[in-house]
Amino acid sequence: MNRPRIRWHIVVFLAPAVLVYTAVMIFPLFNTLRLALFTEVDQTRVYVGLQNFRTLFFDPIWSEQFWNALGNNFWFFLVHMLVQNPIGIALAALLSHPSLRFAALYRSAIFIPTILSFVIVGFAWKLILSPIWGIAPSMLDAVGLKSLFAPWLGKEEYALTTLALISVWQFVGIPMMLIYAALLTIPEEILEAGEIDGITGASAFWKIKLPLILPSIGIISILTFVGNFNAFDLIYASQGALAGPDFSTDILGTFMYRTFFGFQLQLGDPHMGSAIAGAMFAIILVGVCIYLFGIQTRMRRYQM
Amino acid sequence: MNKARRNPFNTVAMHGALILYTLIALFPVFVILINSFKSRRAIFREPLALPNADSFSMIGYETVMKQGDFFLYFQNSMIVTVASLSFILLFGAMAAYALSEYQFKGNLIMGLYLALGIMIPIRIGTVAILEMMVATGLVNTLWALILVYTAQGLPLAVFILSEFMRQVSDDLKNAGRIDGLSEYTIFFRLVLPLVRPAMATVAVFNMIPIWNDLWFPLILAPAEETKTLTLGSQVFIGQFVTDWNAVLSALSMAILPVLILYVIFSRQLIRGITSGAVK
Repeated sequence: MNRPRIRWHIVVFLAPAVLVYTAVMIFPLFNTLRLALFTEVDQTRVYVGLQNFRTLFFDPIWSEQFWNALGNNFWFFLVHMLVQNPIGIALAALLSHPSLRFAALYRSAIFIPTILSFVIVGFAWKLILSPIWGIAPSMLDAVGLKSLFAPWLGKEEYALTTLALISVWQFVGIPMMLIYAALLTIPEEILEAGEIDGITGASAFWKIKLPLILPSIGIISILTFVGNFNAFDLIYASQGALAGPDFSTDILGTFMYRTFFGFQLQLGDPHMGSAIAGAMFAIILVGVCIYLFGIQTRMRRYQM
Repeated sequence: MNKARRNPFNTVAMHGALILYTLIALFPVFVILINSFKSRRAIFREPLALPNADSFSMIGYETVMKQGDFFLYFQNSMIVTVASLSFILLFGAMAAYALSEYQFKGNLIMGLYLALGIMIPIRIGTVAILEMMVATGLVNTLWALILVYTAQGLPLAVFILSEFMRQVSDDLKNAGRIDGLSEYTIFFRLVLPLVRPAMATVAVFNMIPIWNDLWFPLILAPAEETKTLTLGSQVFIGQFVTDWNAVLSALSMAILPVLILYVIFSRQLIRGITSGAVK
């Protein structure tokens, strides 16, 4: 048989996407990982192997910042998993109730924060929580809880949690929508069969709907994980590149930005920045692999 | 509908919970918008009151108009968003068509290769992207942003669009081939119009993250003439941090275009998400 001729139209169809994607995404990704193995001595690039990673993990000056950022990042993620996703699921469960009126209205309104930029969200909350303006303290006063008020964004022990909750406020629309979509695909017959067996209301949710939407909960978990471990914008917009007070809101994204771009007196170091990017890449990769091989394949999918 | 699922008490409780959460979601936006139309004294005296004849003031907007180049920023954001979306849709649809329509060696590998980028954020490669943009002289141009956003949007676009293109009937395409249409004509004239709803979904999905991104404008195009609206408002607010009128007005001006777009596209967006495009 003859060698099949090259079908040029396939090449033409694929070329633009593959070229842009390879040149601007995949190549820089690997180039960044490669740069992490170099350092700069007298303005020339020198190969140093894993030295940058050793510095990052063990040199006290760097490692303290790195583990701080990593720990903060895990807390940031945990708050999202424990607050954002349950609220999102609860809202979706309410919205998908068949006899609920105005569902579309609620849905659109609750999604509005998600479309706003981090700059708007960060500053808006900064103003609202500001002790100078006094909206938050006077509202707490109205319900008799004024003593609870503190300048949350300015206190080391509260700032990170406050920012995480602001981010939850902004993004709760995403799990809500995805779970809502999953709940809509559950066929009526299954729910009716449950009703005949006396399973209604809340127990129908826990015993029938929740097991059926587990795959979607898996997806929102991994989306939350990837999103949180490359978060940057909200912290930068509200606390600046120094992630104050005293680095208490520093996460990997802001740490990488400061390191490779420089700030104030510190010069930017692209090689250490690449090393941090390498660490972020590894963390995200591990998370995605746990999801793909550990969770997704074991999850029982029901034929519906 | 049977009775077990319709209990008046439950209905009230459900509406109560949803109204409460809707208020939480809208309250900050509402506070910012109403206070941007008030005089400085009124902002502090009664932050929750609506502007009235006495407290109404446009002083904040006047400062923003005088000091900030918001029209330029807005224009930059528009150019970047529209250009990136056009490239994502055109290139994404072409690649999706190649992958879903033709059997060729490496089809599966190519599909997996393009899908890699769905899970791995492009920000990880920032150091090398900046280096490349500096080397090619694209730094501080809108092209740098357009290229990055195009690369970022392509993986999901190819994935979603190829799912939809598999549903386009083969008979239609084969009829075109019998009539002697070229593969290109079949793609542009027959297939593209049929997947328009999916293209709209992809566009709406990509629009919000591109418009709102702060990271790449900050790193690749921080020059005054290439600032996007998001970066521009960030810098402006940082400089005017004590001028509350100006800050509130700048925030409102950044909110309004997105809000208007959302009102126009929200049905498309919600239908896109709920149709299971992101399974």
